[in-house]
Amino acid sequence: MKILVCMKQVPQKDAPLKLNEGGTWIREDVSYEVNEPDAYALEEALRQKEKHGGEVVVITAGPARAQQVLREGLAKGADRAIHLDDNAFVGMDAMNISKAFVAAIKDDKFDLIFTGLQSDDYGYAQTGVIMAELLGWPHATIIMEIQKSDGGIKVKRELESGFFQHVGMPLPAVLTIQSGINKLRYATLLGIKQAKNKPLRKVTLDEVKSSLSDNMQKVEKLYIPQKSKKTEMLEGSPAEVAKKLVEKLRNEVRVI
Amino acid sequence: MANTILVVVEQREGKLNRVSWETVAAAQAIAAETGWTVEAAVFGSGISSIAGEVAGKRVAKVYALESPRLAEYTPDGVVAALKQFIEQKKPALVLMPHTYQVRDFAPQLTTALGRTLISDAIAFRKEGDKLLFTRQMFQGKFAADVSFACEPPHFATFQAGAFRGDKAEAGASAAPVETVNVDIPESAVRTKPEAPFKEAKQAVDLTQAEIIVSVGRGIKEQKHIELAKQLAEALGGEIAASRPICDSGWLPMDRQIGSSGQTVAPKLYLAVGISGAIQHIVGMKGSRSIIAINKDAEAPIFEIADYGVVGNLFDIVPALTEEVKKAKG
Repeated sequence: MKILVCMKQVPQKDAPLKLNEGGTWIREDVSYEVNEPDAYALEEALRQKEKHGGEVVVITAGPARAQQVLREGLAKGADRAIHLDDNAFVGMDAMNISKAFVAAIKDDKFDLIFTGLQSDDYGYAQTGVIMAELLGWPHATIIMEIQKSDGGIKVKRELESGFFQHVGMPLPAVLTIQSGINKLRYATLLGIKQAKNKPLRKVTLDEVKSSLSDNMQKVEKLYIPQKSKKTEMLEGSPAEVAKKLVEKLRNEVRVI
Repeated sequence: MANTILVVVEQREGKLNRVSWETVAAAQAIAAETGWTVEAAVFGSGISSIAGEVAGKRVAKVYALESPRLAEYTPDGVVAALKQFIEQKKPALVLMPHTYQVRDFAPQLTTALGRTLISDAIAFRKEGDKLLFTRQMFQGKFAADVSFACEPPHFATFQAGAFRGDKAEAGASAAPVETVNVDIPESAVRTKPEAPFKEAKQAVDLTQAEIIVSVGRGIKEQKHIELAKQLAEALGGEIAASRPICDSGWLPMDRQIGSSGQTVAPKLYLAVGISGAIQHIVGMKGSRSIIAINKDAEAPIFEIADYGVVGNLFDIVPALTEEVKKAKG
């Protein structure tokens, strides 16, 4: 099976984020990491390849720094990488990112495309499904298991409230992968060394521009959320804080 | 329908998903500011009673999109039905609840229609003649106002809990229901769904717990879970966790709180090392009292906490456990 994994670079989970001067986006001088759900998508692709053979290709869009997620993917076992290399991709909506990815892979023939179920920055949860529709492929979201079947695959979708569902579908198809579907591997030293010699294709904005359109939605303003609740902050040494908390538990919360 | 808000409600196996009332309430609130008309649509097979239930709310009309091919949910079937209907009716705005099912089909629908979807919004605001939708970004660390930059119909989904379902106003009399028989060719549906199932019976029912001590990533290592367990024990409560902890296998999946786990509303929810990602918050924000202990003063969990402690949980939690034991004698 030939599998494409869409990966995104997002700010590190505990990185302190600051707004830019215009209040339109964050200041980008922060540490970045692989969007966690995408790491699970990559792991699943590598496991499918180990089971059924084939090829795993990782793709990302973003400035030079974004290449790091591809290097990590290659070090963990992906065979090659595609980097849509331009800062302009950071501000594109899910539709344009999807169009750019579809344009960049037009000469490839994939059986499956994986994305994480959503990104930790925008959190739209749309790119995979949009790509499926642009390609004319079926899709399934929030996937917890993938098995090969006659003429296609059978996947296990997570539903709400602890329910699951099996869905059969033909290939090619797009799946969005749920976090926790598998256990993530670490890159080995050998893997990191080998990654340096694996092919990484750069795609410029110009190469995909004719496929893009104007953004159909716009982030007008980014800001620190207004508090909806009054939070009483308790301060002091651990022992003092513990005393204050117990007093609240007794007199306000009334559970002691 | 140029000035119409269309609410697409959700039903499963003949039962309305209650979160749909929140979307109706959102539509009514937007209508109050724009003067637009609210209509609703429900899709499925044999759904007249659900359509009737929705018609009891203050909406101008309810459409029941019927097809035997909608008896089981498939994104292809739903997109085929809604695409025809929306192309014909041309509403200004289509609103849906941000459920797993909507996440599965809505981006396909908007792409098929050449439109865009503002997903997972928590509020709206009218600025001049522009509608802005507020959404959380960067795991709730920031909020963003997002606008549409394309022709209508515009599409948005609202996060569970963003509006109050019990605020959906009832109508003076039942709204008319129109059954629309949609034609979905067999070839349009490419996936074969099987019946939904639950995995091994849930061992713990956290919804019944009065006190929950819940751990998140801040706990760092599996062995430290014990600290939270001791606190839960001292308080006479249950231990629970955010998704990453269960994904790592540090606690079983049936201890998970959040959109993919259990939704709880205990007397006390004590969040230890939980930053408060949206997916977790939706599962516990109804708690009567929330106490949060976290090292990051900017963590979104403090937005919804009644009491907050910024500090090192490895110092605070054991001290609190001791203090609780002392208080209980």
